[in-house]
Amino acid sequence: MTNPSTSAQTPAILGPGTPAPDFALSATPDQVLRLSELRGRPVILVFYPADWSPVCGDQVALYNEMLSEFREYDAAILGISVDGVWCHAAFARDRNLHFPLLADFEPKGAVARQYGAYRDAEGTSERALFVLDGEGIIRWSYCSPIAVNPGADGILNALESIAGKSGQVQAESFRSSNAEQRV
Amino acid sequence: MSEGQLTPPVSAEDHIAGPDDAPVTLVEYGDYECPYCGMAHPIVNRARRELASQLRFVFRNFPLAEAHPHARTAAQAAEAAAAQGKFWEMHDMIFEHQDALEVEDLVGYAKELGLDTQKFARDLEAGTFAQRVRDDFRSGVKSGVNGTPTFFINGARYDGSWANEDAFIRALREAAQQGVETSA
Repeated sequence: MTNPSTSAQTPAILGPGTPAPDFALSATPDQVLRLSELRGRPVILVFYPADWSPVCGDQVALYNEMLSEFREYDAAILGISVDGVWCHAAFARDRNLHFPLLADFEPKGAVARQYGAYRDAEGTSERALFVLDGEGIIRWSYCSPIAVNPGADGILNALESIAGKSGQVQAESFRSSNAEQRV
Repeated sequence: MSEGQLTPPVSAEDHIAGPDDAPVTLVEYGDYECPYCGMAHPIVNRARRELASQLRFVFRNFPLAEAHPHARTAAQAAEAAAAQGKFWEMHDMIFEHQDALEVEDLVGYAKELGLDTQKFARDLEAGTFAQRVRDDFRSGVKSGVNGTPTFFINGARYDGSWANEDAFIRALREAAQQGVETSA
Protein backbone atom coordinates (compact mmCIF):
# COMPACT_ATOMS: atom_id res chain seq x y z
CA MET A 1 0.00 0.00 0.00
CA THR A 2 1.22 3.47 -0.82
CA ASN A 3 2.34 5.48 2.14
CA PRO A 4 -0.12 8.37 2.23
CA SER A 5 2.42 10.69 3.87
CA THR A 6 4.78 10.73 0.92
CA SER A 7 4.56 14.03 -0.88
CA ALA A 8 4.92 12.37 -4.27
CA GLN A 9 1.42 10.98 -3.90
CA THR A 10 0.02 14.15 -2.42
CA PRO A 11 -0.42 17.16 -4.66
CA ALA A 12 -0.74 20.58 -3.10
CA ILE A 13 -4.11 20.31 -1.51
CA LEU A 14 -4.88 22.98 1.09
CA GLY A 15 -3.48 22.05 4.47
CA PRO A 16 -4.30 22.58 8.14
CA GLY A 17 -4.57 26.18 9.32
CA THR A 18 -5.82 27.45 5.94
CA PRO A 19 -9.21 29.17 5.87
CA ALA A 20 -11.46 27.01 3.68
CA PRO A 21 -12.42 28.91 0.52
CA ASP A 22 -16.15 29.63 0.54
CA PHE A 23 -18.28 28.32 -2.29
CA ALA A 24 -21.88 27.98 -3.38
CA LEU A 25 -22.79 24.81 -5.28
CA SER A 26 -26.02 23.14 -6.32
CA ALA A 27 -27.12 20.38 -3.97
CA THR A 28 -30.28 19.63 -5.96
CA PRO A 29 -31.68 21.02 -9.21
CA ASP A 30 -33.32 23.85 -7.26
CA GLN A 31 -31.21 24.21 -4.13
CA VAL A 32 -27.83 25.89 -3.69
CA LEU A 33 -25.69 25.27 -0.63
CA ARG A 34 -23.16 27.83 0.55
CA LEU A 35 -20.31 26.56 2.73
CA SER A 36 -20.38 29.58 5.03
CA GLU A 37 -24.00 28.74 5.96
CA LEU A 38 -22.54 25.88 7.98
CA ARG A 39 -20.27 28.12 10.07
CA GLY A 40 -20.40 27.08 13.73
CA ARG A 41 -20.26 23.36 12.96
CA PRO A 42 -17.43 21.13 11.84
CA VAL A 43 -17.73 20.33 8.15
CA ILE A 44 -16.36 17.30 6.30
CA LEU A 45 -15.68 17.95 2.61
CA VAL A 46 -15.36 14.80 0.55
CA PHE A 47 -14.00 15.41 -2.95
CA TYR A 48 -14.30 12.29 -5.07
CA PRO A 49 -13.68 11.65 -8.76
CA ALA A 50 -17.06 10.42 -9.98
CA ASP A 51 -20.48 9.11 -9.09
CA TRP A 52 -20.95 5.40 -9.86
CA SER A 53 -17.28 4.36 -9.92
CA PRO A 54 -16.69 1.34 -7.67
CA VAL A 55 -14.31 2.90 -5.14
CA CYS A 56 -16.43 6.05 -4.81
CA GLY A 57 -19.44 3.84 -4.27
CA ASP A 58 -17.78 2.04 -1.37
CA GLN A 59 -16.49 5.28 0.06
CA VAL A 60 -19.83 7.09 0.04
CA ALA A 61 -21.55 3.94 1.33
CA LEU A 62 -19.19 3.97 4.31
CA TYR A 63 -19.80 7.65 5.08
CA ASN A 64 -23.51 7.16 4.61
CA GLU A 65 -23.33 4.49 7.29
CA MET A 66 -21.49 6.82 9.63
CA LEU A 67 -23.87 9.77 9.62
CA SER A 68 -24.95 9.10 13.20
CA GLU A 69 -21.29 9.12 14.26
CA PHE A 70 -20.69 12.41 12.48
CA ARG A 71 -23.85 13.80 14.06
CA GLU A 72 -22.37 13.18 17.51
CA TYR A 73 -19.85 15.88 16.63
CA ASP A 74 -22.60 18.02 15.08
CA ALA A 75 -20.58 17.73 11.88
CA ALA A 76 -22.01 18.23 8.41
CA ILE A 77 -20.69 16.11 5.53
CA LEU A 78 -20.73 17.22 1.90
CA GLY A 79 -19.74 15.13 -1.10
CA ILE A 80 -18.34 17.06 -4.07
CA SER A 81 -17.59 15.89 -7.61
CA VAL A 82 -17.76 17.36 -11.10
CA ASP A 83 -20.91 15.36 -11.86
CA GLY A 84 -24.08 17.35 -12.53
CA VAL A 85 -27.12 17.64 -10.27
CA TRP A 86 -29.21 15.05 -12.12
CA CYS A 87 -26.40 12.53 -12.01
CA HIS A 88 -25.98 13.15 -8.27
CA ALA A 89 -29.72 12.79 -7.76
CA ALA A 90 -29.79 9.41 -9.50
CA PHE A 91 -26.67 8.19 -7.66
CA ALA A 92 -28.00 9.31 -4.27
CA ARG A 93 -31.34 7.61 -4.91
CA ASP A 94 -29.71 4.40 -6.09
CA ARG A 95 -27.39 4.21 -3.06
CA ASN A 96 -29.90 5.50 -0.54
CA LEU A 97 -27.56 8.33 0.44
CA HIS A 98 -28.59 10.73 3.19
CA PHE A 99 -26.08 13.52 2.77
CA PRO A 100 -25.77 16.21 0.09
CA LEU A 101 -23.74 15.67 -3.07
CA LEU A 102 -22.68 18.97 -4.57
CA ALA A 103 -22.18 19.56 -8.29
CA ASP A 104 -18.83 21.23 -9.02
CA PHE A 105 -20.04 21.27 -12.57
CA GLU A 106 -19.92 24.80 -13.99
CA PRO A 107 -17.32 26.15 -14.26
CA LYS A 108 -16.10 22.58 -14.14
CA GLY A 109 -14.07 21.71 -11.05
CA ALA A 110 -13.72 25.35 -9.96
CA VAL A 111 -14.12 24.52 -6.26
CA ALA A 112 -11.82 21.50 -6.46
CA ARG A 113 -9.19 23.77 -8.02
CA GLN A 114 -9.52 26.25 -5.14
CA TYR A 115 -8.75 23.42 -2.72
CA GLY A 116 -5.86 22.15 -4.83
CA ALA A 117 -7.80 18.98 -5.46
CA TYR A 118 -8.31 18.97 -9.23
CA ARG A 119 -6.75 16.50 -11.67
CA ASP A 120 -6.25 18.30 -14.97
CA ALA A 121 -5.39 15.19 -16.94
CA GLU A 122 -8.57 13.36 -15.95
CA GLY A 123 -10.87 16.35 -15.57
CA THR A 124 -12.06 15.17 -12.15
CA SER A 125 -11.34 16.06 -8.58
CA GLU A 126 -8.88 14.16 -6.46
CA ARG A 127 -10.06 11.75 -3.79
CA ALA A 128 -9.44 14.33 -1.08
CA LEU A 129 -10.83 14.88 2.41
CA PHE A 130 -10.97 18.12 4.39
CA VAL A 131 -12.23 18.59 7.93
CA LEU A 132 -13.12 22.18 8.84
CA ASP A 133 -13.71 23.49 12.33
CA GLY A 134 -16.66 25.70 13.28
CA GLU A 135 -14.71 28.78 12.24
CA GLY A 136 -14.26 27.47 8.71
CA ILE A 137 -10.55 26.72 9.16
CA ILE A 138 -9.17 23.54 7.64
CA ARG A 139 -7.95 21.43 10.55
CA TRP A 140 -7.05 18.26 8.65
CA SER A 141 -6.79 17.28 5.01
CA TYR A 142 -5.78 14.16 3.18
CA CYS A 143 -5.37 13.25 -0.46
CA SER A 144 -5.77 9.56 -1.10
CA PRO A 145 -4.25 7.66 -4.01
CA ILE A 146 -7.07 7.84 -6.55
CA ALA A 147 -7.95 4.12 -6.46
CA VAL A 148 -7.78 3.75 -2.68
CA ASN A 149 -10.78 4.22 -0.45
CA PRO A 150 -9.38 6.34 2.41
CA GLY A 151 -11.86 5.05 4.99
CA ALA A 152 -13.04 7.29 7.79
CA ASP A 153 -10.55 6.91 10.63
CA GLY A 154 -8.76 10.15 9.71
CA ILE A 155 -12.06 12.04 9.67
CA LEU A 156 -13.08 10.73 13.09
CA ASN A 157 -9.67 11.54 14.57
CA ALA A 158 -9.89 15.09 13.22
CA LEU A 159 -13.42 15.56 14.59
CA GLU A 160 -12.29 14.22 17.96
CA SER A 161 -9.37 16.59 18.00
CA ILE A 162 -11.58 19.57 17.11
CA ALA A 163 -14.10 18.62 19.80
CA GLY A 164 -11.33 18.10 22.36
CA LYS A 165 -9.34 21.26 21.75
CA SER A 166 -12.25 23.64 21.44
CA GLY A 167 -15.04 21.86 23.29
CA GLN A 168 -16.17 25.13 24.86
CA VAL A 169 -16.24 27.02 21.59
CA GLN A 170 -17.99 24.15 19.87
CA ALA A 171 -20.65 23.99 22.56
CA GLU A 172 -21.33 27.72 22.27
CA SER A 173 -21.44 27.81 18.52
CA PHE A 174 -23.64 24.75 18.60
CA ARG A 175 -26.20 26.66 20.62
CA SER A 176 -26.00 29.78 18.49
CA SER A 177 -26.37 27.81 15.29
CA ASN A 178 -29.39 25.88 16.45
CA ALA A 179 -31.72 28.26 14.73
CA GLU A 180 -29.94 27.92 11.42
CA GLN A 181 -30.95 25.57 8.73
CA ARG A 182 -29.45 22.12 9.09
CA VAL A 183 -28.05 20.03 6.28
CA MET B 1 -3.90 9.05 11.09
CA SER B 2 -3.65 5.38 11.99
CA GLU B 3 -2.35 3.22 9.19
CA GLY B 4 -4.81 0.38 9.32
CA GLN B 5 -3.94 -0.94 12.78
CA LEU B 6 -6.55 -3.02 14.54
CA THR B 7 -8.18 -0.96 17.31
CA PRO B 8 -8.95 -2.29 19.87
CA PRO B 9 -6.80 -5.43 19.77
CA VAL B 10 -8.39 -8.87 20.01
CA SER B 11 -9.77 -9.52 23.48
CA ALA B 12 -12.06 -11.89 25.35
CA GLU B 13 -14.96 -9.77 24.09
CA ASP B 14 -14.35 -11.10 20.59
CA HIS B 15 -15.69 -14.17 18.84
CA ILE B 16 -12.57 -16.29 18.57
CA ALA B 17 -12.00 -19.61 16.82
CA GLY B 18 -8.64 -21.28 17.24
CA PRO B 19 -6.03 -21.34 19.98
CA ASP B 20 -5.04 -18.17 21.85
CA ASP B 21 -1.37 -18.95 21.36
CA ALA B 22 -1.65 -19.37 17.58
CA PRO B 23 1.18 -17.48 15.84
CA VAL B 24 -1.20 -15.76 13.43
CA THR B 25 -4.46 -13.98 14.16
CA LEU B 26 -6.80 -13.20 11.29
CA VAL B 27 -9.55 -10.68 12.00
CA GLU B 28 -12.37 -10.15 9.54
CA TYR B 29 -14.71 -7.17 9.58
CA GLY B 30 -17.68 -8.44 7.65
CA ASP B 31 -21.27 -7.83 6.64
CA TYR B 32 -23.55 -10.88 6.51
CA GLU B 33 -25.47 -9.59 3.51
CA CYS B 34 -22.43 -8.45 1.54
CA PRO B 35 -21.87 -10.71 -1.48
CA TYR B 36 -18.09 -10.28 -1.27
CA CYS B 37 -18.12 -11.44 2.35
CA GLY B 38 -20.15 -14.41 1.17
CA MET B 39 -17.45 -15.14 -1.42
CA ALA B 40 -14.71 -14.74 1.18
CA HIS B 41 -16.39 -17.12 3.64
CA PRO B 42 -15.24 -20.41 2.04
CA ILE B 43 -11.78 -18.92 1.49
CA VAL B 44 -11.50 -18.11 5.19
CA ASN B 45 -12.71 -21.61 5.99
CA ARG B 46 -10.04 -23.08 3.73
CA ALA B 47 -7.39 -20.98 5.48
CA ARG B 48 -8.68 -22.16 8.86
CA ARG B 49 -8.49 -25.79 7.71
CA GLU B 50 -5.04 -25.49 6.19
CA LEU B 51 -3.40 -23.52 8.97
CA ALA B 52 -5.29 -25.42 11.67
CA SER B 53 -3.78 -24.70 15.11
CA GLN B 54 -1.48 -22.07 13.58
CA LEU B 55 -4.45 -19.74 13.06
CA ARG B 56 -6.74 -17.87 15.39
CA PHE B 57 -9.75 -16.39 13.57
CA VAL B 58 -11.85 -13.49 14.83
CA PHE B 59 -15.01 -12.07 13.28
CA ARG B 60 -16.26 -8.53 13.95
CA ASN B 61 -19.44 -6.98 12.54
CA PHE B 62 -19.36 -4.26 9.95
CA PRO B 63 -22.90 -4.08 8.57
CA LEU B 64 -23.38 -1.54 5.78
CA ALA B 65 -27.04 -1.38 6.58
CA GLU B 66 -28.00 1.40 4.19
CA ALA B 67 -26.78 -0.75 1.32
CA HIS B 68 -27.79 -4.10 2.87
CA PRO B 69 -31.10 -3.82 4.70
CA HIS B 70 -30.79 -7.23 6.43
CA ALA B 71 -27.18 -6.88 7.49
CA ARG B 72 -27.72 -5.35 10.90
CA THR B 73 -30.39 -7.84 12.00
CA ALA B 74 -28.29 -10.72 10.73
CA ALA B 75 -25.34 -9.45 12.78
CA GLN B 76 -27.56 -9.23 15.84
CA ALA B 77 -28.77 -12.77 15.13
CA ALA B 78 -25.21 -14.06 15.24
CA GLU B 79 -24.71 -12.20 18.53
CA ALA B 80 -27.97 -13.58 19.91
CA ALA B 81 -26.76 -17.07 18.99
CA ALA B 82 -23.43 -16.30 20.68
CA ALA B 83 -25.33 -15.53 23.87
CA GLN B 84 -26.52 -19.14 23.65
CA GLY B 85 -23.07 -20.49 22.84
CA LYS B 86 -23.59 -20.98 19.09
CA PHE B 87 -21.94 -18.00 17.43
CA TRP B 88 -19.92 -19.87 14.80
CA GLU B 89 -22.77 -22.19 13.94
CA MET B 90 -25.04 -19.22 13.25
CA HIS B 91 -22.22 -17.36 11.49
CA ASP B 92 -21.82 -20.24 9.03
CA MET B 93 -25.57 -20.70 8.68
CA ILE B 94 -26.08 -17.04 7.75
CA PHE B 95 -23.25 -16.97 5.23
CA GLU B 96 -24.63 -20.10 3.63
CA HIS B 97 -28.09 -18.52 3.33
CA GLN B 98 -27.32 -14.91 2.39
CA ASP B 99 -30.44 -14.68 0.24
CA ALA B 100 -32.80 -15.56 3.11
CA LEU B 101 -32.20 -13.21 6.02
CA GLU B 102 -35.67 -12.13 7.07
CA VAL B 103 -36.39 -12.42 10.80
CA GLU B 104 -38.48 -15.59 10.19
CA ASP B 105 -35.52 -17.11 8.34
CA LEU B 106 -33.14 -16.26 11.17
CA VAL B 107 -35.48 -17.71 13.77
CA GLY B 108 -35.69 -20.82 11.59
CA TYR B 109 -31.90 -21.14 11.67
CA ALA B 110 -31.94 -20.69 15.43
CA LYS B 111 -34.43 -23.55 15.66
CA GLU B 112 -32.31 -25.71 13.40
CA LEU B 113 -29.32 -25.07 15.66
CA GLY B 114 -31.33 -26.04 18.72
CA LEU B 115 -31.40 -22.60 20.28
CA ASP B 116 -34.08 -21.27 22.59
CA THR B 117 -36.00 -19.58 19.78
CA GLN B 118 -38.23 -17.53 22.06
CA LYS B 119 -35.26 -15.91 23.73
CA PHE B 120 -33.54 -15.55 20.34
CA ALA B 121 -36.56 -13.81 18.79
CA ARG B 122 -36.94 -11.61 21.87
CA ASP B 123 -33.29 -10.55 21.66
CA LEU B 124 -33.73 -9.63 18.00
CA GLU B 125 -36.90 -7.70 18.61
CA ALA B 126 -35.52 -5.84 21.63
CA GLY B 127 -32.27 -5.03 19.86
CA THR B 128 -30.37 -6.57 22.79
CA PHE B 129 -27.16 -6.72 20.76
CA ALA B 130 -27.61 -3.60 18.66
CA GLN B 131 -25.03 -1.69 20.66
CA ARG B 132 -22.54 -4.54 20.44
CA VAL B 133 -22.88 -4.51 16.64
CA ARG B 134 -22.57 -0.73 16.58
CA ASP B 135 -19.42 -0.92 18.75
CA ASP B 136 -17.90 -3.42 16.34
CA PHE B 137 -18.69 -1.11 13.45
CA ARG B 138 -17.11 1.83 15.19
CA SER B 139 -13.98 -0.14 16.06
CA GLY B 140 -13.77 -1.07 12.39
CA VAL B 141 -13.87 2.56 11.35
CA LYS B 142 -11.14 3.36 13.89
CA SER B 143 -9.07 0.49 12.54
CA GLY B 144 -9.27 1.81 8.99
CA VAL B 145 -11.88 -0.55 7.59
CA ASN B 146 -12.96 0.95 4.27
CA GLY B 147 -15.25 -1.72 2.89
CA THR B 148 -16.27 -5.32 3.45
CA PRO B 149 -14.69 -7.67 3.97
CA THR B 150 -11.57 -6.09 5.48
CA PHE B 151 -8.97 -8.42 6.98
CA PHE B 152 -6.27 -7.79 9.56
CA ILE B 153 -3.35 -10.18 9.88
CA ASN B 154 -1.64 -9.92 13.25
CA GLY B 155 -3.17 -6.49 13.73
CA ALA B 156 -2.19 -4.96 10.39
CA ARG B 157 -4.72 -4.37 7.62
CA TYR B 158 -4.27 -6.79 4.74
CA ASP B 159 -4.47 -4.73 1.56
CA GLY B 160 -3.74 -7.58 -0.82
CA SER B 161 -6.52 -9.39 -2.62
CA TRP B 162 -8.22 -12.06 -0.51
CA ALA B 163 -9.89 -13.30 -3.68
CA ASN B 164 -6.46 -14.57 -4.73
CA GLU B 165 -6.79 -17.52 -2.35
CA ASP B 166 -3.24 -18.78 -2.70
CA ALA B 167 -1.70 -15.37 -2.07
CA PHE B 168 -4.00 -14.84 0.90
CA ILE B 169 -3.10 -18.17 2.47
CA ARG B 170 0.58 -17.57 1.70
CA ALA B 171 0.37 -14.22 3.54
CA LEU B 172 -1.13 -16.03 6.52
CA ARG B 173 1.59 -18.69 6.46
CA GLU B 174 4.29 -16.03 6.30
CA ALA B 175 2.71 -14.17 9.22
CA ALA B 176 2.54 -17.47 11.12
CA GLN B 177 6.22 -18.04 10.43
CA GLN B 178 7.11 -14.54 11.66
CA GLY B 179 4.84 -15.02 14.66
CA VAL B 180 6.68 -18.21 15.62
CA GLU B 181 10.05 -16.49 15.21
CA THR B 182 8.99 -13.44 17.24
CA SER B 183 7.73 -15.49 20.15
CA ALA B 184 10.72 -17.89 20.07
